[in-house]
Amino acid sequence: MLVLGVDTATAAVTAVLAEVDADGVRELASAVTVDGRAHGERLAPSVAEVLTRAGRTVGELSAVVAGTGPGPFTGLRVGLVTATAMAQALGVPTYGVCSLDALGAAAGPGRVLVATDARRREVYWARYVDGVRTDGPAVAKPADVHVDAERAVGDGAGKYAEVLGVRIVPEPRYPVGAVLVGLAAERILAGAPGEVLEPRYLRRPDVTPAAPAATRPAAAGTPR
Amino acid sequence: MTDEPLVLGIETSCDETGIGVVRGTTLLADAVASSMAEHAKFGGVVPEVASRAHLEAMAGTMRQALDTAGVRLSDVDAVAVTAGPGLAGALLVGVAAAKAYALAAGKPLYGVNHLSAHVAVDTLEHGPLPEPAIAMLVSGGHSSLLMVEDLAGRVEPLGATIDDAAGEAFDKVARLLGLPFPGGPPIDRAARDGDPVSIDFPRGLTGPRDLVRHRFDFSFSGLKTAVARWVEARERTGEPVPVADVAASFQEAVCDVLSRKAIDACRTRGVDTLLVGGGVAANSRLRAMVTERAAAYGITVRIPRPKLCTDNGAMVAALGSHLVAAAVPPSTLDIPADSALPVTTVSLADRL
Repeated sequence: MLVLGVDTATAAVTAVLAEVDADGVRELASAVTVDGRAHGERLAPSVAEVLTRAGRTVGELSAVVAGTGPGPFTGLRVGLVTATAMAQALGVPTYGVCSLDALGAAAGPGRVLVATDARRREVYWARYVDGVRTDGPAVAKPADVHVDAERAVGDGAGKYAEVLGVRIVPEPRYPVGAVLVGLAAERILAGAPGEVLEPRYLRRPDVTPAAPAATRPAAAGTPR
Repeated sequence: MTDEPLVLGIETSCDETGIGVVRGTTLLADAVASSMAEHAKFGGVVPEVASRAHLEAMAGTMRQALDTAGVRLSDVDAVAVTAGPGLAGALLVGVAAAKAYALAAGKPLYGVNHLSAHVAVDTLEHGPLPEPAIAMLVSGGHSSLLMVEDLAGRVEPLGATIDDAAGEAFDKVARLLGLPFPGGPPIDRAARDGDPVSIDFPRGLTGPRDLVRHRFDFSFSGLKTAVARWVEARERTGEPVPVADVAASFQEAVCDVLSRKAIDACRTRGVDTLLVGGGVAANSRLRAMVTERAAAYGITVRIPRPKLCTDNGAMVAALGSHLVAAAVPPSTLDIPADSALPVTTVSLADRL
C-alpha cells in the first residue's frame, strides 16, 4: 500500500512516500527541508516532489500518516491540516503518530532521551527503552528534565547538551519519515479506522487578543 | 460559451473558518464555523485560539460546504484561499489546507487578497461589478478606501485608517458602555432608541488641514477617547450614562466620516459605483446613510447582505471565480501566507 507520511513538529519539514506491506516499510522517496519558518511554503511542494520522484500519483495513496507533535504550534498545524485535507479529498484514512516516537524508535536500543526544541528555552521530551516510549511526551525547561538515559537525540538535546549532561548522539536530529510511517504500519495493514489528527500542543494558548488594526497589516492601504 | 467556473473558497484570516462554493456569480454554499464565542471572554480575537479552532473546524466545514452545494471536490475548477492580509497563524491553516485540497484533487490553486474578496462577494448578490468602482471596506481589522479598476488585478489603495479600524472602535465603545463583544450589533441595536445628535463627537481627519494629507484616510482612535472621556465625566458626577444616546451619537460620527469620505472618493475620481463591504457594512445606520447621501450625487451604492459582509469562504470563491474567468494564472504550491499582503496584490499569481 502506498502511504504518505508528513511531519512538521520540528524545524524539519518532512514528507515521505513509502510502500507498506506485510514485509515492512520501504521508503520510495523523502524530502526534508530544515527551515523553522517555511512549513507552510515547503510541505505541499515536498509532497508533490516525493510523488514525482517515485513516479506515483496522488490517487494511488492508501493512507496518510502525520506526526502529531508535540511541536511549535504554527508549524505543527501545517502538517496536520495538510494530512487531514489530503486524506479527506482522497477518501483515505489518516493515522497519527507522536513525532518524538519517530526519533525514539529510530534511536536504537537502550535507554534514550528524545528532546526537541520547544522554543522559549524549553524542550519537548520523552524517554524510550529499546525504541518504546516509557515516559512523556512533556514540555519542560532543559534543567527540569529527568534525564535517566544513556544518551539523547533530537535538536533540543543538541541545543541544551550542557544542561542535560548526557551523551548526545547527533542523529536522528529530527523525526524520521519512514520510521513515522512504520509506527502506523500495523494500523494501516489492519485497515484500522482512520483517526482525527489531534495536535499535541502541551501548552495552553497565550491569551493576548489580536493586535489592533493600526499595527495589523490592514495598513496595506496607506496612500502613496 | 464555456460553463461558468465552479470554485471553492477557503477563508481563515481571523476567527471565522469559512468555506464557500460558487459557480460563476452564483452562490452554492457558504459554510462558516466561528470561534467568536471563545474570544468574547477576552474582549478580542486571540490569535492562537483562532488558529486552533481553524484546524479543528476545517474538515467538517469542508464537508458541509460540499454537501450543501451538492458537488464533489473533483468537480471544482479551482481552489481559492485567502493568502493575506490577516493573522499569520490563522491564515496559514487555510493556506496549507487549500494547497492540500488542490494537490489531492489535482486542481489549480489561487492565493487571493482578503480585501479584494470582500469586494468580489458583492457579485454574488448584484452581478458583475461595474469598473471602475470605489470600494470601502470596513471591519474589525480593516478600514480602507480602494479604487477598483479591475477586480482581477488592478486595485489602488486611496486611504486607510491611521489608527483603529472602524469595527475596532465599535468593540471598544461597546466595552465602555457595558455592551458585549463584538460591539457592532449591540451598538446598532442600542442606537435605535437613542438620539444621534445629542452628543457632538469628533469626526476624525475631516478638518481642512487633515484633508490635505489624509483626505481618504480614517482615524477612530480620537473618537473612541472622546466617548471614554464623556462617559467618565458622566460617571464622576454620578449621573446615569445614557447608553442609547452615546451609542447613537458615536455611531453617527463613524458613519458620517465613512460615508462622507467614500462619496468624496467617488466624486474626486469620477466614479459612479460605490461598494461597501466588511463586517461594519452590516451596520444599519451606515447602510442607510451611505445610500441616502450617494443618491444625491447619482452614485449607485452596492452593499451585500449582512451575512456576506462578514468574513466567509463565499467571498474568496467569488474572487477565485472571477480570476478563473479572467484567465489569471494560478498560484504555485509554495506561496506563503502573507499577513501583510498589500492590497495591490489581488492574487499571488500576479506577483510573477
